[in-house]
Amino acid sequence: MIGTVTVDARISDWVVQRVVRRVMGPLVPLTATVAALLVGAAMVWGFGGDPVEGYRAMFTGAFGGISEFADTTVKATPLLLVGVGICIAFRASVINIGGEGQIIAGALLSTVVVLALPDLHRGALLPLALIAGAVGGACMGFIPGVLKAYANVNEILSTIMLNIVAGYMMQYLLLGPMIDKEAVEAGNHIAQTKRLSPNSDLPILLGDTQMNLGIVIGAVVAIGAFFLLWRTSLGYEIRAVGGSKDASRYAGMKVERRIVQALTLSGMMSGLGGAVLVFSSVAHRLSVESGPAGFTQLAGFNGIVAALFGGLHPLWTIPAAILFGGLLVGANALQRAVQVATPLVVALSGLVVVFVVSSDRAVRWARHLGERFDIGASPEHDRTGSAASGGADAPTTPSGEGAEP
Amino acid sequence: MTPSLAALDIATVEVFAQARSGWSGFFTLATLVVTVASAIRLAAAYLIAAVGESVGQRSGVLNLGVDGVMLLGAFGAYYTMLQTGQPWYGLLVGLGVGSVMGLVYAFITVTLHAEQGISGIGIYLFGLGFSDLLFRQLVGTPLPIRGFDGLFDSTVPEGRLDIEYPDLYNHSLVIYLAFLLVPAVTLLVNRTTFGLNIRAVGDTPQAADSLGVSVARTRYGAILIGNTLAGAAGAVLALETTGIFIQNMTNGMGFIAVALVYFGAWRPLGVLAGSLLFSLVTSAVLQWQTLGILSGAAAQLTAMAPAAVTIIALVVVTHRIGAPSALTRPFRRGAEH
Repeated sequence: MIGTVTVDARISDWVVQRVVRRVMGPLVPLTATVAALLVGAAMVWGFGGDPVEGYRAMFTGAFGGISEFADTTVKATPLLLVGVGICIAFRASVINIGGEGQIIAGALLSTVVVLALPDLHRGALLPLALIAGAVGGACMGFIPGVLKAYANVNEILSTIMLNIVAGYMMQYLLLGPMIDKEAVEAGNHIAQTKRLSPNSDLPILLGDTQMNLGIVIGAVVAIGAFFLLWRTSLGYEIRAVGGSKDASRYAGMKVERRIVQALTLSGMMSGLGGAVLVFSSVAHRLSVESGPAGFTQLAGFNGIVAALFGGLHPLWTIPAAILFGGLLVGANALQRAVQVATPLVVALSGLVVVFVVSSDRAVRWARHLGERFDIGASPEHDRTGSAASGGADAPTTPSGEGAEP
Repeated sequence: MTPSLAALDIATVEVFAQARSGWSGFFTLATLVVTVASAIRLAAAYLIAAVGESVGQRSGVLNLGVDGVMLLGAFGAYYTMLQTGQPWYGLLVGLGVGSVMGLVYAFITVTLHAEQGISGIGIYLFGLGFSDLLFRQLVGTPLPIRGFDGLFDSTVPEGRLDIEYPDLYNHSLVIYLAFLLVPAVTLLVNRTTFGLNIRAVGDTPQAADSLGVSVARTRYGAILIGNTLAGAAGAVLALETTGIFIQNMTNGMGFIAVALVYFGAWRPLGVLAGSLLFSLVTSAVLQWQTLGILSGAAAQLTAMAPAAVTIIALVVVTHRIGAPSALTRPFRRGAEH
């Protein structure tokens, strides 16, 4: 009799615990986004538009049809790739703000490869170019990684400075050695390359739309990152270092090396995103005519938004990136419908970040609730839980860890 | 990063630049003076933002949102100027916008213990988007504005252009005030109780707390100072340095201001040196481009130099001096630091 009661209690506790973990985790970013959208509605209303009509137009513009959804996936791809990289870095408590620079480095190196080997067969050129992009981004992540691990340089500052360096480097190369020489002779001095070899174009997946292989690459990378983080010892150590450097070092892990690896992997994903941006661009060339931020479309920052919204989980980052890609695409429809300009979406994504990050207390409250019902807590869960609330060893542990699988 | 070249005050540069081109054109007293004068105006914006940020960082709070706050302050000042024609009102609005953002940021990072690096990026994106949104909704086309008047009579007697260089000293009062911030903040941080508290909560919040210093209140104050000055920096950028507002006109200046604090090793005097270095390079590169010394491409490479130098400086500074020990660490009473 007593036995069945305990078993029943165990089962119901287990169910509650699952529900709390599964629901409360994703709930934080969702609530944050709803809150941001409410603020956005207030702004639309303040500018004299009808928020309901605006959001309806936004949704239809992003998800209302095949070609709209295709555009959304195109916008989502760089966010996804950067976001997956951010998941890896933030899990190691490394705040990688260098997405912009890493995108640029990847775009530049992959473009150099394509310019050097334009006649290579498509089956070889495109993979080679994408690998070059990943390598370029990885180098750009490696530098701040080494500086942080071995010279104790704050990675936030170094990645920001490298963004600036990369931006100028791009403008130098595209105005100088890599400029479209035929256009210059014709009198057009625009900071862009010539049209890249068609062998490097990313294949279109859906007939008349813009949807290309990029989103598939992004999804594959996300799945790969998931396996890396939760199914390999490297991933385990990266997360352990993120939880507590001292404890990891005490357990015999090579903390410095893991930090460098996390930032390099993170940069690699962003670099791949940069390559995809070039080879899926409508003009099929690398152009910095509208400035470095015009080329990256701020994906280096918006990828952080997507990753936070996905609870720093690579798989959840896929829908998160598609949602934020949808926001970017839908912004144009919103502007047409209620005459509120597209930067609204940039402001809203900023609010999402602020809300998600400051909901740390809500997350801890949820975790606390989970632990109260938690009878068979995995040791790993205990570790991350105590590391995050201890705070001392993990001052930079990002919030939003609710989506632990 | 330089403010967009189109926005920078090229007018004064052109006056002298037309005469001769090449290095001989640059090394004339007139051109050098103009270069330095425009660097001083640019340095003021960096200086206000970075000195403010240094106060926040001394209290242990990193604010990456400076760029966003600057943009909001710049738009606020610009719009006020368009409406009222009074640059001082514009500056006041910039200060006001900054302090509101300061309260918000202090609430997020001090009260809610949010991760500072990431929430700063949130503030940046918000400022970037919201200032652009307001501009497009309320103004639309960028109209140039007239900023502050110079302190002195700027009319130069005919034919005496080569000996009188009013550009060098004839700045408006705000530029002088910006440079006065350096001794003012040095005194505040080193010679007042509030400054002592700021340093205490930035280095050892536990000890400060046990001595009865309110960590939260001190950090609120420091963040408020930092963000108010960031808003003012934006206002000066719009009213004085460029005389216009355009989308993303700071072009990363706020991030450089954050780096300048590290560059200057958290001392206002060091920040001043860094600001002058950055703005001198920026204004010289602009001048060299105008004179045809540097091609467009090479100018980009040169403009990269300060950022690259800053990375090296980060390595040196972190080794030699070290940041306030509690920088980026939220304070919870009872938690082991």
